[in-house]
Amino acid sequence: MRRFTWFNATALTFGFAFLYLPMLILISYSFNESRLVTVWAGFSTKWYGELLQNEQFLKAAWVTLKVAFWSSTLATVLGTMAAYIMVRAGRFRGRGLFSGMIYAPLVMPEVITGLSLLLFFIAIGLDRGVLTIVLAHTTFAMCYVSVVVTSRLVSFDRSLEEAALDLGCTPFDAFRSVTLPIILPAVISGWLLAFTLSLDDLVIASFTSGPSSTTLPIKIFSAVRLGVTPEINALSTLMIGIVTVGVIAASLVSRASTIKARADEQRANQT
Amino acid sequence: MNWRGRLLILLPYTWLLLFFLVPFGIVLKISLSDIALAIPPYTPTMKDGLWTMLSGLDLENYAFIGAGAVFAAFLGVAALALLFRVVFPRVRRAMSFDARHGLFDSVAAALIALAVALVNVALVAAVLSVLFPALSGFIDIPDFLYFAAYLSSLKIAVISTFLTLLIGYPIAYGMARAAAHWRPTLLMLVILPFWTSFLIRVYAWMGILSTEGYLNQLLLQIGVISEPLTILNTNIAVYIGIVYTYLPFMVLPIYASLEKMDDSLVEAAEDLGCTALSAFWLVTAPLSKPGVIAGCFLVFIPTLGEFVIPSLLGGSNTVMIGKVLWEEFFNNRDWPVASAVAVILLLILIVPIVLFQRNQQAQREVDG
Repeated sequence: MRRFTWFNATALTFGFAFLYLPMLILISYSFNESRLVTVWAGFSTKWYGELLQNEQFLKAAWVTLKVAFWSSTLATVLGTMAAYIMVRAGRFRGRGLFSGMIYAPLVMPEVITGLSLLLFFIAIGLDRGVLTIVLAHTTFAMCYVSVVVTSRLVSFDRSLEEAALDLGCTPFDAFRSVTLPIILPAVISGWLLAFTLSLDDLVIASFTSGPSSTTLPIKIFSAVRLGVTPEINALSTLMIGIVTVGVIAASLVSRASTIKARADEQRANQT
Repeated sequence: MNWRGRLLILLPYTWLLLFFLVPFGIVLKISLSDIALAIPPYTPTMKDGLWTMLSGLDLENYAFIGAGAVFAAFLGVAALALLFRVVFPRVRRAMSFDARHGLFDSVAAALIALAVALVNVALVAAVLSVLFPALSGFIDIPDFLYFAAYLSSLKIAVISTFLTLLIGYPIAYGMARAAAHWRPTLLMLVILPFWTSFLIRVYAWMGILSTEGYLNQLLLQIGVISEPLTILNTNIAVYIGIVYTYLPFMVLPIYASLEKMDDSLVEAAEDLGCTALSAFWLVTAPLSKPGVIAGCFLVFIPTLGEFVIPSLLGGSNTVMIGKVLWEEFFNNRDWPVASAVAVILLLILIVPIVLFQRNQQAQREVDG
C-alpha cells in the first residue's frame, strides 16, 4: 500500500502553487484597469480591445500562425517518414548518420541551430522571410514528430501489416489502410507538438526571419525587454487560454479513442 | 530494397543533410574566416575560388575567444577520467562515498583528484604549446570575457540543475504516492505548463520579481522587509527562471521511475527494521537514480546554451554563452567570432550529451 503522507501533500501543494501562481497572477493583472501594471485599479477588458486594434501584433500573429501551420504539416510528413524508416527499413547505408541527425536537433542549443541555418540561407542566397522560418521550424520539429511516432510504431503489431500485404495490398495501400489509422493518434499529437513548438519559438525565428516577417514571439520579446505592459499581459492570457483549451481537448480525444479501442478489442475477443 | 523504399529514405535524409549538416559545415568554415566590411561580412568566400578560400582560413577567432584554454581543460578532464578508470580504481571506490569508507577517505580522495586535475590541465597546456608552437598564443586568454562566459554558464547550469532536482524530486515523489485515479490529472498538470509559451512563462516572473513587483509588495505589506529587494536583473532571478521553466523536465523522468517501483521493497525494508527515512535512502533513492540522472541531463544540457532567461531576467553582469553568441552576432555583427563561440559551445555539450545517451541506452537494456 502506498501511503500518502503530509509531506507528500505539502510538496504537491507548494509545487503546483509554484508552477501555476505566476501564470494566474499574469492572467488576473491582464484585467487591470490601470496602465501601472503593479497597482490594481479595478476590473476592465480594455487592454484586450487595444490589443485587437494593434495592427503590428495582428500582423505578427498571422505570420506566426501561417508559419506554424505549414512547418508543422511538413514536419509531420517528414517526421512520420523518418520514424517509419528508423523502425522498418532495417540496415541501410548511412543509418547511423541518419539517426544521429534525427536526435541531434533535440539537444542542440537553439542559438546554434538558428545561427547555422541563417548562415546557410545567406550562403545559398535565399532571402529571409516566411519561407526561411518555415524551413527552419520544419527541420527541428520533424525530429520531435519522429520521436513521438517512433514510440507508437515500436509497440505496433507488425503482423497486421504483413497480413494486408499477403492479402494483396501494395506496400503503400497497406500503409494507408492499416498502419496509418493505428499510428494516427501519435501522428496527430506529433502535429500538435510541432505546431506549439513553432508558435513558441523565439530564438530560431529571430535568426531566420526577415524585416517583413516578424513573428509574435519576436514582437513580444522586443516589447518585453522594455518591461511589463498590460497589452502583453492580455496577449499572454489569450495564448495561455488557447493552449489550455487545446491540450485539454486533445487529452479528452485521446482518452475517448483509447476507451473505444479497448471496447473494440473486447468485442473482438467475445466473437 | 525497391525504388519506392529508396525514395522514402531519400526525402527525409536529404532534408536533414541539407538543413542540418550542411549549415553546420558552414558555421565551421565561417568560424575559420576573418571579419570583413562586406556582405556577407566575412572573408574569404567561395567567390575567391576554392583554393584561395581554403588557404585563407585560420584559427584566429578561436585564439581570440580563448578556445585553447577550453581545449586544454577538456583534454585535462579527459586524461583525468582515463586515469581514474585505469590507474586509480581504489581512489574511485573511495570517491563513491560508500558507507564502508570513512568520511576522511572520501575527502582525501577528493583532494587528490583535485590536485591531479590541476596537474593534468597544466601538463596538457604545456605539452600542447611545446608540440604546436603556433598554439602557444592559444593557451593564454586574450579576452577574458569569453572564458568567463563559459565558466559562468557552467556554474549557472550546475547550480540550477541542483535546485531543480531539490524542488522537483518531492513533487515527483508526491505524485507517485498519490492515489492511482489522481495520477493522470497530476501528470497533466505538470505537462500543461510545458505546452504554454516559454517566453510567456519567463515574462510572468518579470512582473513578480521587479522592484515594485508583486513579491516586493507582498513582503513589504507583511512587514518582512522595509526596503524592496532587488531580485530582477540578478543571477537569483536567472536561477528562479530556469528552475521554473525546466521543472517539468525534471519531474517527469523521476516520476516515471518512481511510479513503476515495487512498493513491497519499501515494506520489506521497514519490516526488517528500517525507519521510514532510512528505507527511503536505502531503497527508494537508489531505484529512482536513472530518473534523477535523466532529469538532471534534460535540465543541464539546454540550460548551458540558454538565451531567453538570462537576457530577460538576468542583468548586465549575467554572462552566459548563449547570450554572448547572440550579442556577438546581432550587436557586434562579428559573424566569424559568433560561429567560433557556437563551435566551442557544441564541443562543451558533447560530453553531457554522450553521457546522457549512454544512460538512456543502459536504461532501455534494463527495461528490456
